[in-house]
Amino acid sequence: MIRVQAEDFDVGRELEQLCEGNHAIGGVCTFVGLVRDMAGDHSGDKAIQAMTLEHYPEMTEKALIEIEAEAQARWPLEATLIIHRFGRLEPGQRIVMVATASAHREAAIEACHFLIDWLKTKAPFWKLEETPDGGQWVDANAADDEAAGRWVEGKPAKTKPGAAE
Amino acid sequence: MKLLYFAWFREKAGVAQEQASPPDSVTTVALLVDWLKSRGNGYAEAFNDASVIRVAVNQEYVSMDYPVAPGDEVAFFPPMTGG
Repeated sequence: MIRVQAEDFDVGRELEQLCEGNHAIGGVCTFVGLVRDMAGDHSGDKAIQAMTLEHYPEMTEKALIEIEAEAQARWPLEATLIIHRFGRLEPGQRIVMVATASAHREAAIEACHFLIDWLKTKAPFWKLEETPDGGQWVDANAADDEAAGRWVEGKPAKTKPGAAE
Repeated sequence: MKLLYFAWFREKAGVAQEQASPPDSVTTVALLVDWLKSRGNGYAEAFNDASVIRVAVNQEYVSMDYPVAPGDEVAFFPPMTGG
């Protein structure tokens, strides 16, 4: 299941609902992404007051469904959940939740890792950070590309019909 | 043709969405980008660095050689930063 929403979510309740009634599930893996209070990864980087997530509503849902389907095709999953928020969020607030449930832990853990890596580079969201110097767009990060690339892309950007892929 | 701009493309172009009627010779995304750049100012700046242009035609992520036609929805944005 995928959801794109402005509102917050309750991680515990979401997990309960995801697994409810399915006793083939032996393990659930969850990733929750939060807004940090610093831009970048180094101490001394700029403080962030808030982050606004912009997205392309007509495309977002489609993209998330495709990403979820890719995980389901690669691993034996009993249930999957992707919740992605948009709008203005402050440090400490939840941005995204990914949960994967399977009979055994390996599939659940790997699929969860895959999903969050692919969301970073394939979900049409853009982040605007509010800093003391004004707004700044978060640049795509080479490390994120690399992380997504390690799962060997099945489907690059669609090329001209008929062109060799 | 409906054109959409996201993130700093929207800020530089100065518009979130617009209807456009490029000439018949504009048959691919790349040619559309050239045509938009020729409109000057904000557009020229937005499309200045080809390495950071990402595009979707009818809500599907495509490459620069992908065809475009009247009636398409074409969206321009920088590399995505989800998650």
